[in-house]
Amino acid sequence: MRDVSIIGIGQVEVGEHWDKSLRELGYYALNAAMRDARIQHIDSLYVGNMLAGELTGQEHIGSIIADFAGLRGIEAVKVEAACGSGAAALRMGYVAVAGGLSDIVAVMGVEKMTDRQGNTVTSALAMAADGDYEALHGLSFVSINALLMRRYMHEHGYSKDDFAPFAINAHANAVNNPYAMFHSPITQKQFTESKMIADPVSLLDSSPIADGAACVILAPTAIAKEFSEKPVRVRASAIATDSVAVHDRRDPLFLEGGAISAQKAYSMAGIGPADIDLFEVHDAFTIMSALSLEAAGFAPRGKGVALAQEGQITRGGRIPITTMGGLKARGHPVGATGMYQIVELATQLRGEAGKNQIANARLGMAQNIGGSGATVVTTILESGN
Amino acid sequence: MEVARFWRTTGQRYQLTGEVCPNCGNKIFPPRDVCPACEHEAKTPYTFSGKGEVYSYSTIHAAPEGFEKYVPYTVALVRLEEGPLITAQLTDVDTKDVKVGMPVEMVTRVLREDGERGMLVYGYKFRPVLAGPR
Repeated sequence: MRDVSIIGIGQVEVGEHWDKSLRELGYYALNAAMRDARIQHIDSLYVGNMLAGELTGQEHIGSIIADFAGLRGIEAVKVEAACGSGAAALRMGYVAVAGGLSDIVAVMGVEKMTDRQGNTVTSALAMAADGDYEALHGLSFVSINALLMRRYMHEHGYSKDDFAPFAINAHANAVNNPYAMFHSPITQKQFTESKMIADPVSLLDSSPIADGAACVILAPTAIAKEFSEKPVRVRASAIATDSVAVHDRRDPLFLEGGAISAQKAYSMAGIGPADIDLFEVHDAFTIMSALSLEAAGFAPRGKGVALAQEGQITRGGRIPITTMGGLKARGHPVGATGMYQIVELATQLRGEAGKNQIANARLGMAQNIGGSGATVVTTILESGN
Repeated sequence: MEVARFWRTTGQRYQLTGEVCPNCGNKIFPPRDVCPACEHEAKTPYTFSGKGEVYSYSTIHAAPEGFEKYVPYTVALVRLEEGPLITAQLTDVDTKDVKVGMPVEMVTRVLREDGERGMLVYGYKFRPVLAGPR
């Protein structure tokens, strides 16, 4: 198996792109990544996407984007695993390069959501849940996270306000990210007073829907320096699954898929959580940050929220999370999100994160979650410097 | 909801019919043919009592398509007395009175209407257990 590195990164601003189509968003991110790697050609393209068919009426987007980008003829496919589509696509690209079947591979996440009305998007997102046994009963995706958050509060003795540090930290970090959707810090008071969506999940517990695209170029590490002065090594990429429906889990408050994929990733990289310098969590909702921190071994069960309250998740803390704004404040274009996490990690590990730079960051980890934990992709990257 | 999909799931939605594992005795709902506890094939039907207690709950203020007119409504995870968790709406109860651990029982209600000429989709909801005669 070959060692794999990221030799180029590219992204578009997350937000409402009413003037751009899905294929244009994809092309801009791909073009930026190819320029960054100083390449004119790729062997294959993996496109992470969840809802192109449902929200834009267009499937078959691997070919659509390859052709639109002037790359007609290459291998190109879409990879889908709900909100975990982005990092799942990275895993497919990683397998192709590590296995020696492709040399220069682009991996993209792209999503176009804001052309549609809110309740249409709410229904589409519910497809990440179990259609016959959750969505049929009127559950929105938000409400499934609300069920988890209520039970977490009940079992571990937290109040809703205790979750605020996750959202406050994400917004504080997004201020300095030019690609983030929001650039305004929030306060505890704003968090407490924010509008309820599905009790106890309110607006400021939740990440916003958005349009976006982010892309990386992968190559064998042996030739990475030919393309980039600062290649970033992929030390691990691992996917694990759990039941889609929360009611089918052995313990709804423990992300078994998150724990298994983290363990696989630690084992691939030969390291443990103590070695990780920063962690991009899948903070679609504040409760998911807590559950992901616990599943990945950064906090004991029920202590993920306490870790945030102690300030350990901020840039100066033990394990900085959502260092460029996270899903909460960078925005959550669902199928693209996993690749934004990867681009942000690579930015940190190249030492290019500006005011948000984590000093001496060497090992960064991301956990991209599909649904409420049914697909979890853990990626570990290492600075090549 | 598509007619065939409606028809093939009526046993589950009307009677709470799941399965029991012939190997380990695990009670399974929703039916899934392979026991999640021991991975043995499990196709023996088993009808649940419909009694349980609230494990968690949430009141929805922003609904998916087809549920807008019911807002706000309360959904829950219910721990059935035979073991499994089930996801369903709560009914016949004021949201502010719902508590984790509250005893509930299954009733059959309309889940949604597919427009004026569409199908009425019936299924299980849960309500607080009524006090018996004194």
